[in-house]
Amino acid sequence: MKKVIVPIGPYHPLFEEPEYFALYCDGERVVDIEWIAGYNHRGIEKLSESKHWDQVTFLIERICGICSTSHPVAYCNAVEDLARIEIPERAKYIRSIVGELERLHSHLLWVGLAGHFLGYNTVFMWAWKYREPILDIMEMVTGNRNHYAMMKIGGVRRNIENEDIDIIKKILDELKGKIEMLTAAVLDDPVLAARLKGVGVLTKQNIKDYGAVGPIARASGVDIDIRRDSPHAAYNLVEWKVITCQDGDVFSKAVVRLLECFESIKIIEQCLGKLKKIKGEIEVEVREIPPGEGIGRYEAPRGECFHYVRSDGTSRPVRHKIRAPSYVNIPTFKASCIGETIADVTIILAGVDPCYCCTERAITVYDVDTRKKLFDGKDLIKLSQEKTRKIRKQLGFKEK
Amino acid sequence: MDIIEIIKNEFGSKIKSVLPHNEKRIYIEIDKNDLIDVARFVFQDMDARFITVSAVDNLENMEILYHFSCDPDGIVISLRVFIDRNKLLVESITSIVKGAANIEREIYELLGIKFLNHPGLKRFLTDEFPEGFYPLRKDSPRKAEQ
Repeated sequence: MKKVIVPIGPYHPLFEEPEYFALYCDGERVVDIEWIAGYNHRGIEKLSESKHWDQVTFLIERICGICSTSHPVAYCNAVEDLARIEIPERAKYIRSIVGELERLHSHLLWVGLAGHFLGYNTVFMWAWKYREPILDIMEMVTGNRNHYAMMKIGGVRRNIENEDIDIIKKILDELKGKIEMLTAAVLDDPVLAARLKGVGVLTKQNIKDYGAVGPIARASGVDIDIRRDSPHAAYNLVEWKVITCQDGDVFSKAVVRLLECFESIKIIEQCLGKLKKIKGEIEVEVREIPPGEGIGRYEAPRGECFHYVRSDGTSRPVRHKIRAPSYVNIPTFKASCIGETIADVTIILAGVDPCYCCTERAITVYDVDTRKKLFDGKDLIKLSQEKTRKIRKQLGFKEK
Repeated sequence: MDIIEIIKNEFGSKIKSVLPHNEKRIYIEIDKNDLIDVARFVFQDMDARFITVSAVDNLENMEILYHFSCDPDGIVISLRVFIDRNKLLVESITSIVKGAANIEREIYELLGIKFLNHPGLKRFLTDEFPEGFYPLRKDSPRKAEQ
């Protein structure tokens, strides 16, 4: 049988690094996968060395447009660890509220796109419609739908006013019912179960080998969550639980993300309730950063976000190391994609939640010998959607 | 402080210094020749999760920090290794941690540190950079052509 290379990428506008995957296929089966990175390497670590400590929070917010509050929280944690700063209680709650709102919109975005890849465009439209009110809350609270600029070394930049709290609560109440409906629809669907269960399985050993984090690790039964393990912001001041699944397939990843949405809502509701009762400052004044080194972590929607900073006592960091969660999650494709069919690879790659824009625009399958184009991105999504239709038929569902 | 005791008992004088910044952040300095043994102990026997590797150019030498996380306790262990700027060579930890392959490639291209026995030590991010230009070094010019 002829071997075919399937390049996926490289353009990837939502994610910090556009990705490029070369799938080595034997017929329909993937025999190897290679990750080629660096298409959008912007040298943020280097740039950070030329910015003032306070300016860096704005710079690193631009690393990612979807989880744009994760990096600032991790960075502020790192600098606060370095300078031994304790932030005021009100700031802790505000950090958690913004962080969890972001997790909600990021998970809903994922559910929508995963639905689209499987040919469930209704899921896509629902999920994205329900994501809108969260962005509205963000705009109301922070002034922006994305890139909120809320975090600051020593606290937060803006307050959440008490009169806004009831409005946010009302929007979240409405949202809860909708996400419940969406979750039930996705989890009870026999076709989705047939399509996703047992696909792209990652074992606990795979997770340990690659150091994978976040929902990917939790879907494989690895019980890690920085919010619980390394308490910061208000995560140890409210009641919530870490969601884990045991199977490690794409279905488990979807379950983890959907159920995490409810935990996020729980955290936000409790934080809002407490915020009403607490008065006081939202930041402490930080005049200078002493020499030393600090490590900060935050559980971004995709997993642990890690920042290491070093100071020599001047106004800028000497070194700022950033590790985004996808950096360790993406190489797990080597374990999850090999042996699977091309029709399933789209959803396995999506299961890690890197970003899909690229996948949609730039997957092309070439014949190795003739360099002739066999499929492009649209064909591959069609292939994935056709597989779902086939399963629907086998299960006795009528064609829509 | 249990973790420090465990590592000290296992390696004794191989541990050059221990700096607990606070109870959750432990920095342990070791010789680069002991790196593999200590990393294997932390990763396999203590079952810590590999986070990443940070490399810093101090001008008089280079410094590599291997960060590991003890998850339920929220403790980050950072193994610190100093290497001579004239001999930028250190053993790769990929034989123990598969997931370290990409970050070692990144350090190789951005700081010029070579990793011995790495399965594929080639450039990771900056294909089009000129040879011998290492952007994260403190003495590198701001622009490649200068």
